[in-house]
Amino acid sequence: MTEERFDAIVVGAGMSGNAAAYTMASRGLKVLQLERGEYPGSKNVQGAILYANMLETIIPDFRDDAPLERHLVEQRFWVTDDTSHTGMHYRSDDFNEPAPNRYTIIRAQFDKWFSRKVRAAGAIVLCETTVTELALDAAGKVIGVHTDRAGSVIHADVVVLAEGVNGLLGTRARFRKVPKPEAVALAVKEMHFLPEEVINERFGLTGDQGCVIEAAGTISRGMAGLGFLYTNKESISLGIGCLVSHFAATLESPYALLDAFKNHPSIRPLLAGSEIKEYAAHLIPEGGFKAIPQLFGDGWVVVGDAAQLNNAVHREGSNLAMTSGRIAGEAIAAIKSRKHPMTSDNLSLYKAMLDKSFVLKDLRKYKDMPALLHTNSRNFFTTYPQLMSQAAQNFVRVDGTPKIEKERATTAALIKARSRWGLVSDAVRLALAWR
Amino acid sequence: MTASVVRIEDKLYQNRYLVDAGRPHIKVRQHQSPSPNLLALTVVCPAKCYEVNEDGQVEVTADGCMECGTCRVLCEESGDIDWSYPRGGFGVLFKFG
Repeated sequence: MTEERFDAIVVGAGMSGNAAAYTMASRGLKVLQLERGEYPGSKNVQGAILYANMLETIIPDFRDDAPLERHLVEQRFWVTDDTSHTGMHYRSDDFNEPAPNRYTIIRAQFDKWFSRKVRAAGAIVLCETTVTELALDAAGKVIGVHTDRAGSVIHADVVVLAEGVNGLLGTRARFRKVPKPEAVALAVKEMHFLPEEVINERFGLTGDQGCVIEAAGTISRGMAGLGFLYTNKESISLGIGCLVSHFAATLESPYALLDAFKNHPSIRPLLAGSEIKEYAAHLIPEGGFKAIPQLFGDGWVVVGDAAQLNNAVHREGSNLAMTSGRIAGEAIAAIKSRKHPMTSDNLSLYKAMLDKSFVLKDLRKYKDMPALLHTNSRNFFTTYPQLMSQAAQNFVRVDGTPKIEKERATTAALIKARSRWGLVSDAVRLALAWR
Repeated sequence: MTASVVRIEDKLYQNRYLVDAGRPHIKVRQHQSPSPNLLALTVVCPAKCYEVNEDGQVEVTADGCMECGTCRVLCEESGDIDWSYPRGGFGVLFKFG
């Protein structure tokens, strides 16, 4: 083992690591993948929604045997206050297509499946192995890794750092910094089990159709954050995440926040009678384009969450991870096939390819969004949701008040809360950040 | 306060862990009085691994840790804590994730 030399070592068996390892192994490279968990997926946490297109690019026939929960036909966006929600629902029969667009998944099961594909493609996958340090030569080039298993350096031409948002190797080697508290959200999640028929009935679903609820508003208590409910086949993933910097400033407890969300009058009846079987916590990269670190160097590339590749506006993470892993794998395979060395210059091909993909184009589009939402969180996550709820209630409650007075009251409440200038300025800033 | 302590223990009880006895992967560095961020961990850590002891110092018991990294993000750079991952195979083992 220690005498062996690999074309590439992949650290981590999450979405990006599996995509990278699969891509390289299926192109004939000699790949070693190291995973610290007991099995691939045992350390991985996600909501979780899988975007079919990005996996299809890697494994076209994944629908034949991948463990998929439900394909999504309905999306609900809720703005909450303490007792209500104002919602927009989008449901379409178009999503009942032969090759559905989005699925809910359970990561521990999905990652085991993906890892089987990686092995079948020819990579060596070693679990229960924590990489403790990158091995560098005198010139600072990465030449392999040290692990917590006995033995010396395992050598490779290139190391793919797919070590996740809390990856230690790249930060300890000073290739990138530890994420700042304002650039990561802490999400907590519970798995609520219910019979399949009960879920179908409560959400108006048949067969393997699924529904997603995403909720913002007073549930995050003024912090920049989002709650979510994803329907799986026989379970519901329920979670809420807020910026770590906001947790530290408000001293809110994440599990108390989750319990309050669970007990929100709009959520509680959907979970009634469920059995909770797991509680998980995970960080989500939220810094966007401006938080992306150096992506490559001599003998290394970084992919997925470790590279902060997450689109917080659209809540897309795993597809950016998968795509960055695939592209890194393709770039490395291309350099290898030309028999070129894995220098920083040559590995810049990865960044060039990523620039042309949706990954960096999307993140560049929203580069100003994190700062806007993070510094105005009380307005966007408490004040406006409360006003929206009051306006909606005003609109639907019939009590003999003339409609013109109701409209004036709604406008007056908006101006009182944010002032005309504040409203215009928030709208302009939001529009600019969105553009 | 007591209610939330009971609740978090109930939550963690649902999880599967393989504790590496005697080899905690997080250590709090010696301090007289805790920094604000270190103190915040007693509330913000989602597994409630951090608590204030009788002498007013923050201690960590990492057995229920879900390895999210919140404490690392808040406190490693300032030197309040030493953070590593557990040895291969040890730590939290998510059944669903």
